[in-house]
Amino acid sequence: MATDHPAHQPASLSSYFITFGLLMFLTILTVYVGFQNLGAWSTPIALGIAVIKAALVVTIFMHGLNSGPLTWVIILASMFFLTIMLGLMLSDYVSRGWIM
Amino acid sequence: MSATNELVKDAGHAHHHKDLAHHFDTLEQQHDANLLGMWAFLLTEVLFFGGLFAAYTIYRYKYSAVFEEASNHLDIKLGALNTVILILSSLTMALAVRCSQTGNGLWTGNWLVLTMVFGFAFLGVKSMEWGHDYKVRLMPGKDFFWWQYAKAAKDMHTHGGGHELPDMKNVKSDTNPELGVKGRQESEQARLFYLLYFCMTSLHALHMIVGFGIITIITYYAYKGAYSPDYYSPVENIGLYWHFVDIVWIFLFPLLYLLGAHLVH
Amino acid sequence: MSTISLEPKTLVAENNQVVNESVNFLNHDHSVSSWLLSLDHKRIGILYLVTITLMFLLGGILAGVVRLELLTPKGDFVASDTYNKSFTAHGIIMLFFFLIPSIPAVLGNFVIPLMIGAKDVAFPRLNLLSYYLYLIGGVIALTALLLGGVDTGWTFYTPFSSTYSNSYVSVMAIGLFVVGFSSILTGLNFIITIHRMRCPGLTWFRLPLFIWALYATSVVQLLGTPVIAVTLGLMVVERTLGVGIFDPRLGGDPVLFQHLFWFYSHPAVYIMILPSLGVISEVIATFSRKNLFGYKIMAFSSVSIAVFGFIVWAHHMFTTGMSPYAAMVFSLLTFSVAIPSGIKVFSWLATMYNGSISYETPMIYAFGFLGLFTVGGLTGLFLATLGTDIHLHDTYFVVAHFHYIMVGGAIMGYMAGIHYWWPKITGKLYSQFWGRLSAGIIFIGFNLTFFPQFFLGYLGMPRRYHEYPDEFQVLNVFSTAGSSILAIGYIMPLFYFGHSFFFGEKADDNVYGATTIDWTSTTSPPSPHNFEKTPVVTEEPYHFRLKESAVVSH
Repeated sequence: MATDHPAHQPASLSSYFITFGLLMFLTILTVYVGFQNLGAWSTPIALGIAVIKAALVVTIFMHGLNSGPLTWVIILASMFFLTIMLGLMLSDYVSRGWIM
Repeated sequence: MSATNELVKDAGHAHHHKDLAHHFDTLEQQHDANLLGMWAFLLTEVLFFGGLFAAYTIYRYKYSAVFEEASNHLDIKLGALNTVILILSSLTMALAVRCSQTGNGLWTGNWLVLTMVFGFAFLGVKSMEWGHDYKVRLMPGKDFFWWQYAKAAKDMHTHGGGHELPDMKNVKSDTNPELGVKGRQESEQARLFYLLYFCMTSLHALHMIVGFGIITIITYYAYKGAYSPDYYSPVENIGLYWHFVDIVWIFLFPLLYLLGAHLVH
Repeated sequence: MSTISLEPKTLVAENNQVVNESVNFLNHDHSVSSWLLSLDHKRIGILYLVTITLMFLLGGILAGVVRLELLTPKGDFVASDTYNKSFTAHGIIMLFFFLIPSIPAVLGNFVIPLMIGAKDVAFPRLNLLSYYLYLIGGVIALTALLLGGVDTGWTFYTPFSSTYSNSYVSVMAIGLFVVGFSSILTGLNFIITIHRMRCPGLTWFRLPLFIWALYATSVVQLLGTPVIAVTLGLMVVERTLGVGIFDPRLGGDPVLFQHLFWFYSHPAVYIMILPSLGVISEVIATFSRKNLFGYKIMAFSSVSIAVFGFIVWAHHMFTTGMSPYAAMVFSLLTFSVAIPSGIKVFSWLATMYNGSISYETPMIYAFGFLGLFTVGGLTGLFLATLGTDIHLHDTYFVVAHFHYIMVGGAIMGYMAGIHYWWPKITGKLYSQFWGRLSAGIIFIGFNLTFFPQFFLGYLGMPRRYHEYPDEFQVLNVFSTAGSSILAIGYIMPLFYFGHSFFFGEKADDNVYGATTIDWTSTTSPPSPHNFEKTPVVTEEPYHFRLKESAVVSH
């Protein structure tokens, strides 16, 4: 509040290119893993890689790393409520088979 | 235009600073409010796509075998190519934001133009895929045809027929009683997969098209030199939006294209 | 965009009003465009007030059609199809076009910047856009009604809505899609405003509880509304393409539609009731002249109601064949909502205890609210219980329950709020006699209308039928008679507010001796830019003990 300037330091160029490289690597990895027969693990692994990629985009490209706590509250809230929606809906479908 | 007006706040106010709107006290307050507004909007967007992801999750759980089989008929190469193109556009967008932070209007504009070029390339590839799906009757509508197609495609895989597709003109309808209950159900489930595929990818594409409109306006202002280290939140906000669209694709790619990849071998 | 050209005018007005005290937001510019294209949160609030009042009248007339039909056991007033379309239109208009925007868009727009010491909301243009999205959505919905209406019930359950209904479901869905965006943008605007526009010294625990309530409401709007938008979108896709998403005949799952629908529509109930809880907190503190009992826990209870609202939705679906294990979890979670709601009721009672209560019109409405909200909340527990819900599901018991919450709770709160801030909005006083009388008539009419419906539902009268067995007629006659009394109660304020606006006595800047800065630091009506100079807050919101000597009564 004290200063009259947003005064956010631009991130270094190399951080963007390293992130891009990592994203490319993870894309190749996810395609490679997709072709392996991992049974029930294939989706969790694919989603895990996607989460890492999304985290890279959020922290570096979207400057999440330099953002205030409120931005992180919003990011976590979006994940929390998405999990609630998917999880509770799925709980209904999964547990339907339990009854005799 | 009004929606973007919050983003593209032109210099019409004459209080302390040319870029400061009358109801804010400081530039920092204005910058923070604009940025936070965009994040809050993205929160809404997450739940917007979330509804479709929920439908996907439930049907994937219920009909997992057919979903994997259906996923196999999407072109992984084109999907992967599009992933690379979109991540490239995210990189150029990040560079555009960085240039606006340092007050380099020319390169802000240039990187934004490049972002749009990649964006159009993505949509070009996407529409090629959709056109192909239409040709082989995988478009989920009354004309959707799955059962024979799946069998024919499977035969081709086993006999090494390459990518030539069976002639679909004279095949019977999916509601044909010959298929039996099981065949009809599988056809419906495959159609559900393609419906979700089209809903998700076209909602994603719609977001990109809206993005083009806003980026065009911001590019214009960037070349005019409207942005400075004091005031660049429109560029930063469209950047956030674009990266979000990228993130959605990062999830769509494995969930739609790679679902049944392991069945190929 | 032509709104930009308004800015210099507003600034001129601001400069003038320093010397001329009587310039306020109502009279500084009389042109039509200065209203229709205003970026001033106060004027936008009034645009909403006029529009939603019209919507309320329309929804009320449709309720009248429903009640008149139910006066007799035979379906003799309107055809069954017209009846279906009437209750559907009543539900859609009252929920999406009246209750959801009522307190946030009217009172929230007007009061939030005044209460937090800001010149405007964070995004004034977005605010105007929200209003026009609301208006466009409203026009599309009314078009659907004029074309022939919708007969699915406001819940749009599939596969009826997506496959079998021959009414204008898609047009209506598009209208609701648009109005949903209005709701999202309003919520977004309020969240950023409350986070970033507070005046110096106004910490989170110095915020009035109305602000806390609207903050929680906005969070729900932001998180829930996009889901209903995409759900209605999928329904329209199924309807137009004829492919199965929700239609079991085509491989879809109708229960999934209900999951997605209630993921928004249960929290939507909290969009309607939470702002009312906030209004009641303001009213009770002011007219009891006491600090609100348990301020912090009241603030947290608003937020926790909002969060709990998202994990209870499947209690609308206990009879759909969903998993009994999931149903048990949802039942338990539903009971937990009673905790923050109960905390609120007890805190209000404790606030009034030993207070110096004055019986102004808003307070009478608040009393009505307390009784009706409590009945509505407690009957909700019957429906959250798995066993009794099987018996009561889709009966008039449910209808009575949610009207106790939405009319008895949300609309009583809205009326309390309108009466409470009317002197601030217009700078005029209204007749306390007629105000109190309307509150009393509404309370009596409401109970006469809806209390018999608990019995009807318990005895087994299902909702949404235009005929019923003869033995239910006595209770239905009570209900219809009550609804006519209720209508009189709702029409009365139009007259005495109208009279007050044109001929009313001038109101003081702080008519009630309230302690929040919307009353203490602005004129009535406020100047175009709200505050002469930015206020600085040094105390908690309801510091009546400190101000005892300064209390002004009238």
